[in-house]
Amino acid sequence: MMTPFIAWLTLQEARRRKLLWVGFVLGIAFLAFYGVGFYAIYREMNPHLSSNSLQRREAFNFLVMTGLYAANFLVVMVSVLISVDTISGEIASHSIQSIVTKPLRRWEVVLGKFLGFAALIVGCVMFLVGGVVAIGWLISRYIPANLIQGMALMVLEGWIFLAVTLLGGTRLSTLANGVLAFGLFGLAFIGGWAEEIGSIMRNETAVNVGIVSSLILPTEALWKRAAYLMQPSVLSSLSLTPFASFSMPSPAMVVYALLYGLAALIAAIYLFERRDL
Amino acid sequence: MDDLAIRTERLRKEYGATVAVDDLNLAVERGEVFGFLGPNGAGKTTALKMLLGLTRPTAGTAWVLGAPAGDWRMRARVGFLPEHFRFQEWLKAAEFLEVHARLYRIPVETRRRRVGELLEMVGLSRHADKPLRDFSKGMLQRIGLAQALLNDPELVFLDEPTSGLDPLGRRLVRDIIRSLRARGVTVFLNSHLLSEIEITCDRVAFIRRGRVVQTGQLEELLIAETEVELRGVGLSPALARDLSFFGQCLHLDTDRLTLRMATEEKVPDLVAWLVAQGVRIYSVSPRRLSLEDLFLRLMEGEEAG
Repeated sequence: MMTPFIAWLTLQEARRRKLLWVGFVLGIAFLAFYGVGFYAIYREMNPHLSSNSLQRREAFNFLVMTGLYAANFLVVMVSVLISVDTISGEIASHSIQSIVTKPLRRWEVVLGKFLGFAALIVGCVMFLVGGVVAIGWLISRYIPANLIQGMALMVLEGWIFLAVTLLGGTRLSTLANGVLAFGLFGLAFIGGWAEEIGSIMRNETAVNVGIVSSLILPTEALWKRAAYLMQPSVLSSLSLTPFASFSMPSPAMVVYALLYGLAALIAAIYLFERRDL
Repeated sequence: MDDLAIRTERLRKEYGATVAVDDLNLAVERGEVFGFLGPNGAGKTTALKMLLGLTRPTAGTAWVLGAPAGDWRMRARVGFLPEHFRFQEWLKAAEFLEVHARLYRIPVETRRRRVGELLEMVGLSRHADKPLRDFSKGMLQRIGLAQALLNDPELVFLDEPTSGLDPLGRRLVRDIIRSLRARGVTVFLNSHLLSEIEITCDRVAFIRRGRVVQTGQLEELLIAETEVELRGVGLSPALARDLSFFGQCLHLDTDRLTLRMATEEKVPDLVAWLVAQGVRIYSVSPRRLSLEDLFLRLMEGEEAG
């Protein structure tokens, strides 16, 4: 079984090609900017906030959720960018030939790469989300609800992007694959907002657009569920936050997303197994 | 199951409307150095990819070392140097070989030793800690060759192994092929460089537009035809008709004759006959067909036909 070795190799490659280093430095920069901004706003706002805990929580929740929203976007970017070139690039450079002619099966290569990158995504979520939450707590002593669940959903979101990007890489060039991944992201993103606004305005068509888009790519729905869960329920139910979901995606959507990611991974393996290299 | 290193039957590969390999039948014995010759685009690499399981045949069958081509367990006994390769450039030379040794499932005890031996063999010991991205084309070719031999293979596929190599590197490749032959390893060599094939191969197959047009022992193919160039006084075009008994007359004027003959054995008869016709002969030089002549003839002959 070569899968663990391929996963290890994938992580080594990320380290050696300075992916980890660049990611870490930029992540620190992101967190630093966020921290400075949070602190400045906090200092400005704090004297005006009453001791009313609901009002305070609303304000701090907003600040933390803004950071998490940005972190979520970064997780998506990272998930696509780390894996967009891995299969298509190795096919284009022919370096894949010296790997798949070794005594191993092609699925071991795809699965190994998936696991390696999946571990990186877990690290990325822990670093960015953990950083945002830690900064929020240090400044305001506010901590989002259901943090572990929220992080798990964001990890799953990254994994789905990873599986889709690996799938695209078995058939498309690196560039086309990137366009596909971000195109799907844009579609799910805009669909998500259509659903959101549609549900406020009770516009069925807009809601349906959102539902269809989250079936095409369920990642945005995962983020919405994560965002809903991480906010104090009292705020969400009162819609006192722009990150509130009027239609929180159900657990069924999470199951759908899991199956979706699994299907994408299986399809990637299937196509790679059959492909002429 | 037979004991051939490679056997293909009616192997065929189409890419859309293009037929890359058409009805390929090969039988490569164990322990021989087999040259697969053809111009660029003849289908050599496609054929090799099918043998390694990189590409699926459209039709036909292939066996390698007694297993169906592409069987993953069989690949433990096979080495492969791809034609266009860029290996993982972020690895250092020794690490690169370590990684590939692990992919070959070579046990940890022997891995280190093999890596050292092979770096030595291809003359890269001094560069063990240098990243591949800093390697020249020739050095990459050498490390690629080392990679193909890590597992002590029974069969080695080399796709254009001397491309990008300087004369020293080419000699190294030849020496390695010779030492492989001495150890009974089968070598399947893809090349369009005729000198390379001529020096190293026992048997060759000429491939053109995806079909084998000629195959056989290199020696036999080359002595199968002889060209004789003869200089003398008293030659005349009138002799042409009778000369056709000896072979195909390529050139004839009053002092020079070039004749293509099936075998050298008839040269003395030819000389005796010409002398009897009153020709005074100054020189006779039989010239064996060079591989290049044969190659061009096979490729062009087919073109005309």
